[in-house]
Amino acid sequence: MGGPAGFRQRRELMDAARLARTLSRIAHEIAERHPDLERTALVGVRTRGVPLARRLALLVKAAVGVSPSVGALDITLYRDDLTTIAPNPVMKATDIPFSIDGWTVILVDDVLFTGRTIRAAIDELIDFGRPARIELAVLLDRGHRELPIHADYVGKFLTTSREANVQVLLVEEDGADRVLLLERELKPAPASAAKRRKQPTKKAR
Amino acid sequence: MVDPSRRVDATLDLLLEDGRVAELGERIRSKAAEVVDASGLVVCPGFIDMHTHLREPGRGDKETIASGTRAAAAGGFTAVCAMPNTEPVNDSAGITRAILDRAGTEGVVRVWPIGAISKGSKGEELAEFGDLREAGCVAVSDDGRPVASAQLMRRALEYARAFGLTVIDHCEEPNLTHGFAMNEGPVATWLGLRGYPPAAETIVVERDIHLAEITAGKLHIAHLSTAGAVEAVRRGKARGIRVTAEATPHHLLLTEQLVRESAYDTATKMNPPLRSEADRVAVVEGLRDGTIDCIATDHAPHGVDDKKVEYDQAANGIVGLETAVALCLDRLVRSGVIDLPRLVAALSTNPARILGLPGGTLKPGAPADVTLLDLDRRLKVNPERFQSKGRNTPFSGWQLTGRAVLTIVGGRKVFTA
Amino acid sequence: MSGFAHRHLLGIEPLEPADIQTILDTAATLKEILERPIKKVPTLRGKTVINLFYEGSTRTRSSFEVAERVLSADSLSIATATSSVQKGETLLDTVQNLEAMKPDMIILRHQSSGAPHFLARHCRPAIVNAGDGFHEHPTQALLDALTLQEKKGKLKGLRVAIVGDIAHSRVARSNLWLLTKMGAEVVLCGPPTLIPPGIEALAPVTYRIDEAVEGADAIMMLRIQRERMSGGYFPSTREFHIRFGLSEARVRRAKKDVVILHPGPMNRGVEISSEVADGPYSVILDQVTNGVAVRMAVLYLLLGGASGAAS
Repeated sequence: MGGPAGFRQRRELMDAARLARTLSRIAHEIAERHPDLERTALVGVRTRGVPLARRLALLVKAAVGVSPSVGALDITLYRDDLTTIAPNPVMKATDIPFSIDGWTVILVDDVLFTGRTIRAAIDELIDFGRPARIELAVLLDRGHRELPIHADYVGKFLTTSREANVQVLLVEEDGADRVLLLERELKPAPASAAKRRKQPTKKAR
Repeated sequence: MVDPSRRVDATLDLLLEDGRVAELGERIRSKAAEVVDASGLVVCPGFIDMHTHLREPGRGDKETIASGTRAAAAGGFTAVCAMPNTEPVNDSAGITRAILDRAGTEGVVRVWPIGAISKGSKGEELAEFGDLREAGCVAVSDDGRPVASAQLMRRALEYARAFGLTVIDHCEEPNLTHGFAMNEGPVATWLGLRGYPPAAETIVVERDIHLAEITAGKLHIAHLSTAGAVEAVRRGKARGIRVTAEATPHHLLLTEQLVRESAYDTATKMNPPLRSEADRVAVVEGLRDGTIDCIATDHAPHGVDDKKVEYDQAANGIVGLETAVALCLDRLVRSGVIDLPRLVAALSTNPARILGLPGGTLKPGAPADVTLLDLDRRLKVNPERFQSKGRNTPFSGWQLTGRAVLTIVGGRKVFTA
Repeated sequence: MSGFAHRHLLGIEPLEPADIQTILDTAATLKEILERPIKKVPTLRGKTVINLFYEGSTRTRSSFEVAERVLSADSLSIATATSSVQKGETLLDTVQNLEAMKPDMIILRHQSSGAPHFLARHCRPAIVNAGDGFHEHPTQALLDALTLQEKKGKLKGLRVAIVGDIAHSRVARSNLWLLTKMGAEVVLCGPPTLIPPGIEALAPVTYRIDEAVEGADAIMMLRIQRERMSGGYFPSTREFHIRFGLSEARVRRAKKDVVILHPGPMNRGVEISSEVADGPYSVILDQVTNGVAVRMAVLYLLLGGASGAAS
């Protein structure tokens, strides 16, 4: 399986087992903080927030016998120009088949980065109704926030460089469960400058 | 030198004196003469455009006799025949004289006026052919409009005989072409434009040829564009009827597909419209076998206001004086469709012969009207640099090889490339 | 962002089947917004759209207006009956004056075929064709397609009859392009005087409506305009209705679940009888909702990219 063009794989941050344990912990935290699951919903932010929300709902049910409602949110229509989203050519529907007025809605997403995606998700959610409170659960928080957004439930905190790419792969979307940290590939030096280039790289070593 | 009027196709020197051809020969010596080195070039009798719209009097905004004749010179033409659909229409001696007067002072090449067939070109009453001829008209036409009435066309052909005038008809059955924007056919269907069926031209060509037969008049068909019309002229000539015909470079080279390809560019809109490939091929064949005698530009300048509008609102017509010769040299001669003598005949010999004009030949005593061609010189069509006030051409940007490089009228150089 | 690489929507002819599917899929998704409590999303906030309608049309114009408002675009409608156009201002002058307001898009309905192409050549904003002469009416064809897709599940292999004044109909042309590109089987029907030359290249033609509607999945009835009735194209509306009108009896020759489309407004008793127009096969109301959805999709795909992406 290839990654986005121009990146070279660097490190696997989570394997399938680790991912499962992390999700389980988040599910337990959610169940603990929300004894009343009747008026609680997990709304996944497309694309990978959606399978994560569904898994969390099943894990919560396994833990306490009751499942929160599950919905899916497509933020394409609410994003600003700087929202970094993976290439996603076709917009999919937002599907929230229940009223959220007075409910607790927990937004679920794979990676929290600049915060712009969540900002869009909050705006959209509020156009849907009047939730009593909105919380955020993410698998990974990689820092570099551009807006004052924080997650209430975090699977793992990461320190990354801004240019790096964190890739979450899930069985439902990608055939396997993994989290990868990718760095940008250095471009090969042009032939004419090859000789001059040799010196500086030697120094770097 | 290529002079079809005398079947000359040889390397010769030419001496012009006092506005006339003085001598031709292998090597002429003349002490006082200015020498033009034409080695590598082709020397022809000056080209004559049988079908030009100079727009003056009345529409000097679109073109004047001055700018139009400069355009002619730049295109290698030494003479133009000016169609009468000016404002007012040239249907009287007074207007003819005014045009010739203007041409005398401002014109850069010879201007031969064509008078109207009917008063005001309204298609009702004959204009005064006698007066028009005497004032200097070389033919009559209501071009711009068809002669809708068969009765009027008959009378015109008969009456014109008294004055040796050729009747030039713009053949179109107006009841079939109402509101048209392009050729009728699949392209018009897709583009949602009203069409002009080829039959509407053919019907009138046939009509006119029958009328020419019964009147023994001299008929010339303007801007032929359809296979049906070509075939009708071919049969008419075979029966000995005095019919001649012209075709424009755009009808020889372009088709209706261009309207679609250019996404409704109004530079593709003219009357008669660009036709199907089958019609185009028939017109080319008509030129090759002599059915079509001349190539004429139908130079029709329009201002921006008339062309930079929605397609069906745009005025009909494109300019042609500055592109005709290069187009024909590149796309007809260079590509082997016709040979150079045939082209020179179509542009010079035949127009002169049909209308009885002095010129079209380089025999001693003929007017010193000469066109020099460089068959290898490149020309990129750039409307912004036209001499004509009109910029409406579909050939913008075309790269052509072969063009006129020197135009001489009455022994004077009027254009040098 | 989206897979739609065109700058303008001037017609269906230049589109690939994939483009058409993208628009239909996007429309299906956006339709959901019309079910929300707050029927508004901020996607086109700050974009200005001008609806410039030279031909009267309340239906199409209001459909575009609703679409613009749902997407939060700033919308301005100019119906030329009451504007400076009456004083003889040319199309180009009108638009160049409007350009001073820096619109991102102009939606044009005009009586001259090729008018949107003319604007696209001379002006900066994105241009959407809302009907030009008898050339094309792309959003109508798209909404008809969305309706058919919903009712029938697919477009490929559907048998669709288009009946009426084909020669002067932009709806017929756009639908013909769209349906054939998407693999449907189209048959055209009308009096010979109203069938334009060359159209047999894209679809078979019959002068017998009974043949055209036989086994059809969908029947599209075109309006007969008043001018045709007096332009010598057919002898009388009575004869037109008898020979080419859609009656209850004729509808029964089609498939049992046939869908009847009409771009509106209808001439009852001419191209379509009242019982059929008001009957169960008619999907006119669906067409109206789908019209808004499809127009939202077009606005979104042409303007919804990151700033600068649309130019």
